[in-house]
Amino acid sequence: MKPVALIIRRELAAYFKGMLGYVIFAVLLLLEGLMFNAWALSSGEYRSSEVLGAFFTLTFGISTAAAILLTMRLFAEERRDETLVLLTTAPISDWQIVLGKWLSAFAMVALFDALTLYMPALVMVNGSIEPGHLAAGYLGLLLVGAATTAIGTLASSLTRYQVVAGVVGGAVCLGLTLMWMVGKIADPPFDAIMSYLALHNKHFLPFMKGGIHLRDVIYYVSIAFLSLLLSRQVIGARRWR
Amino acid sequence: MIEVKGLSKYYGAVPALVDVEFSIPEGAIAGFLGLNGAGKTTALKILAGEMLPTAGQVTIDGVDMVARPEKLRAQIGFLPERPPLYLEMTVTRFLTHVGQLRGMTRAATTERVPKVMEQTALTAFAHRTVETLSLGYRKRLGIAQAIVHDPRLVILDEPISGLDPVQIVEMRKLVRSLGGKHTVLISSHILPEVHETCDRLLVLADGKLVAQGTEEEIRGMGSPDRTLEVTVRGNAQKARKLLNELPEVVSAEPTRWDGELTTFALELGPNERAREAVARALVEADFGIWRMDAADNALEAAFLEMTRTRQEVKA
Repeated sequence: MKPVALIIRRELAAYFKGMLGYVIFAVLLLLEGLMFNAWALSSGEYRSSEVLGAFFTLTFGISTAAAILLTMRLFAEERRDETLVLLTTAPISDWQIVLGKWLSAFAMVALFDALTLYMPALVMVNGSIEPGHLAAGYLGLLLVGAATTAIGTLASSLTRYQVVAGVVGGAVCLGLTLMWMVGKIADPPFDAIMSYLALHNKHFLPFMKGGIHLRDVIYYVSIAFLSLLLSRQVIGARRWR
Repeated sequence: MIEVKGLSKYYGAVPALVDVEFSIPEGAIAGFLGLNGAGKTTALKILAGEMLPTAGQVTIDGVDMVARPEKLRAQIGFLPERPPLYLEMTVTRFLTHVGQLRGMTRAATTERVPKVMEQTALTAFAHRTVETLSLGYRKRLGIAQAIVHDPRLVILDEPISGLDPVQIVEMRKLVRSLGGKHTVLISSHILPEVHETCDRLLVLADGKLVAQGTEEEIRGMGSPDRTLEVTVRGNAQKARKLLNELPEVVSAEPTRWDGELTTFALELGPNERAREAVARALVEADFGIWRMDAADNALEAAFLEMTRTRQEVKA
């Protein structure tokens, strides 16, 4: 695991020394804070659980955007700067390279999610929230973060252009999120398949409501694993090109 | 001992390397020589473990690169043409990071990194961030990262490209200092570079190894040198007429004038005693001979002959 830890340490340092981490966190947290404030303080009375549900939907979208912005540089930047050779000629496996990169981005997304905790805390002060509901929602956010950072890692491994990586990663995440709409108009059995693949509606809604189901955990872990497996194949294929 | 057998690499249907075979003894400095596109960088990337060959075998002391890539990569240091550097790190931090990535313990890097910085004249820049270094020092840092884990084989792709003349001289000294302790493989298309630094040459043309050996051996593989430079004192027109009338001279053309002195470039015929005949004719005609030199371009001539022949056949 030592090489993985070394890669994580270097990546985390790069996020903060290059200011990228601060900028992404500041802009997205500000955006989410404004949106949450506008919704929560808008006219109408809501129950605490409804406000919390809306908060999780909002955080799902914003943290997915954070995942894409944080992952788009992972491999694309190294390929552009021709520094990937430091990793590919080191006595470490392609799995360790991919794992180190992904874990660093995942740690950043987890930190981002943690920084949003003040918003449910405000709801808690003015209303009443079940700790279990909050924990389930955050577990869901972490699982979504694991899946979306893995998708972003895969997109970044495909190109030397960060913008292209961001667009590809964002398009895949958006496509998976909108699958429930496609599922509604598709014929059987595709409607069920499409609905099952939906990143938000099918698998995140239970977490938002405070429920934890193994099938949803398996879905997010599978997306993450498949994306990382493909990333490893892409990095490995570079040796055969 | 590094041994390469039947090494081939195809990019789709395009051959980049075809059946390349050579061996480099422990501690030697070998130079890959070839025109741009000859396959040098492809060969180096395969040897560095960055790329896999389509066919063939690379072994270091009998251990196969394809079968045990991770084990062998720990014994190899690689500097690509553009040094791979993390610009946000300090020099010390970068070398420590790379050393640990290549399997060194923290304690080992603490001991080794200052020595490597001293060897590559980077001690004064130990706490500078990499992005503040000039190209010359970035190249030095590139070499430092290639040797920080004390590898058996050090591979340097065009180590002097982009450097100024002073930096080139310093880089040559540095590369030469690596020999003996490490086996060094350099690629270059610049002849003086390999002439100054390498014990052994490998000449690549169109992906094929067309010659290998010491510099003397490669020189001997070209056609015999039949050029001569003569500087004479006296009437330039008469000297030119005299030289061109000699049966041993194919052509004689003036190349420089300096007052009474004229320098001629001569192409001689196959007669073994052509040089003596030229000297005798000039002395008998009362010309003063100031200088008479065989142009030292045997290596260049051999290299051009080997590569040109292939290019012409291809055309």
